[in-house]
Amino acid sequence: METILKVEHLVKTFGTNEVLKDIDFNVSKGDVISIIGSSGSGKSTLLRCINMLEEATGGRILYHGKDILRGEIDEDTYRTKVGMVFQSFNLFNNYTVLENCIIGQTHVLKRGKEEAKAKALKYLSKVGMELYINAKPRQLSGGQKQRVAIARALAMDPEILLFDEPTSALDPEMVGEVLDVMMNLAKSGMTMLVVTHEMAFARSVSNRVVYMADGRIEEEGSPEEIFSSPKSQRTKDFLSRFNDK
Amino acid sequence: MSISEMNFLQRMLYILQEYSGSLLKGAATTMAIAIICTLLGCVIGFAVGLVQTIEPHRKDGLFKRGFLKVVKFILNAYVEIFRGTPMMLQAAFIYYGMSSVFGINLGMWSAAIIIVSVNTGAYMAETVRGGILSVDPGQREGARAIGMSQFQTMILVILPQALRNIMPQIGNNLIINIKDTCVLSIIGTVELFFTFKSISGALYTYFEAATVTMIIYFVLTFACSRILRYIESRMDGPSNFDLATTDTLAFTSGLTRYDSKKGGTC
Ligand SMILES: Nc1ncnc2c1ncn2[C@@H]1O[C@H](COP(=O)(O)OP(=O)(O)O)[C@@H](O)[C@H]1O
Ligand SMILES: [Mg+2]
Repeated sequence: METILKVEHLVKTFGTNEVLKDIDFNVSKGDVISIIGSSGSGKSTLLRCINMLEEATGGRILYHGKDILRGEIDEDTYRTKVGMVFQSFNLFNNYTVLENCIIGQTHVLKRGKEEAKAKALKYLSKVGMELYINAKPRQLSGGQKQRVAIARALAMDPEILLFDEPTSALDPEMVGEVLDVMMNLAKSGMTMLVVTHEMAFARSVSNRVVYMADGRIEEEGSPEEIFSSPKSQRTKDFLSRFNDK
Repeated sequence: MSISEMNFLQRMLYILQEYSGSLLKGAATTMAIAIICTLLGCVIGFAVGLVQTIEPHRKDGLFKRGFLKVVKFILNAYVEIFRGTPMMLQAAFIYYGMSSVFGINLGMWSAAIIIVSVNTGAYMAETVRGGILSVDPGQREGARAIGMSQFQTMILVILPQALRNIMPQIGNNLIINIKDTCVLSIIGTVELFFTFKSISGALYTYFEAATVTMIIYFVLTFACSRILRYIESRMDGPSNFDLATTDTLAFTSGLTRYDSKKGGTC
């Protein structure tokens, strides 16, 4: 499969704190990669470096062969290709659900109003939020907000979607509705990079699992390899905490 | 009946009858200056407050950093000086100083508007800076993540929310301006307070004239605060939203009402 993203020797430091140490991995078209690991291991920082919310300190991030850290592609254009879904939703509070899904299309992609609206409605229907187009974010539940946030990202027609613990801020009864949407997305062939603590999702939906510890990729493989026969002791220890539950 | 024979109520009525024209004109001048200057002050405040929230980018060169530093220093000085001295003295300083030192004769209106706007701007700058910083950083990240530029993020996402956050302070400034334009009487602006002074000077009825003028001030400020409340609630939009039906999605008709408080259709 065609490689979309190539991360090479990525390093990120905050002051003297080296948070990402020599990260290497590739994302190919159609990949659904789950990134797991304990809190503080650098998972969010990795995603934030990939869509340039943080500037990596060293290494290369190649998007179709173009190095985004050296400005070989315009930063804002690149970001429209790499969507991001946040733990805290980050829907625009001053716009309705529909406007949230339209504004990026009209102002960034310069699409016409009608086209943008049709596209927004298409993706809002896909996440089951088409009835709520007139609501403001504050009028929605957490699960509903996250589904709208996914629709907003999809409406930009990204090539990859990054998810940073999309269900961690949700009440337990709302986790399912968001995971269902993500599962359907994965089935439809969307390329996804998902930081998650939902091991069942990682195991059943993704085609690759990356386990991170202390800013490094400790182990990487198919869900079968990682969950059934992990090689590293750290991976085993990490996973055993979930099996106890 | 001469004014000295009248009782309190009769004197007030007399003032209202005889001076209704000048009182109305004074009130109109006061309101015009207050509204214009609050709006101009907001524009100045947004510009200054916005610049003060700009952080230099890591890649910016020495020149750009230095320039930003100098600009911020000047703006800071502006804010501190105008907040730290009485507006009445500023009025005298600018109006008389301009003509005697620089030979520039500012008309009374332009002098009045400059002084009050620049003053309001100094207060609003701090308010706007706080308003921008109080917007959740996640809003910025959400905007950047769909490819909005810094500028689009500011204009489309951050500033509208900052504006909503500081609406109460803008209203406060308007009300303060309605009252504080009275210091402009020092440069001879014929606003409401100036009218009060002329009336009380002509009739020697300070108590009644003051009562009438205070009532007018109160009506003006109270009306403004109600109107601003209304504008704020309009900005918030309805607390309910219309649940779209499959019909609306097909662009025809039919809406059901969704009450977010009750959490269901009704
Ligand atoms: N903006 C920042 N400034 C300084 N340190 C940070 C910043 N963001 C994250 N870190 C540090 O980086 C480490 C990894 O954080 P993070 O990527 O959020 O981990 P995870 O998402 O795996 O829980 C943590 O030690 C955290 O304190
Ligand atoms: Mg995290």
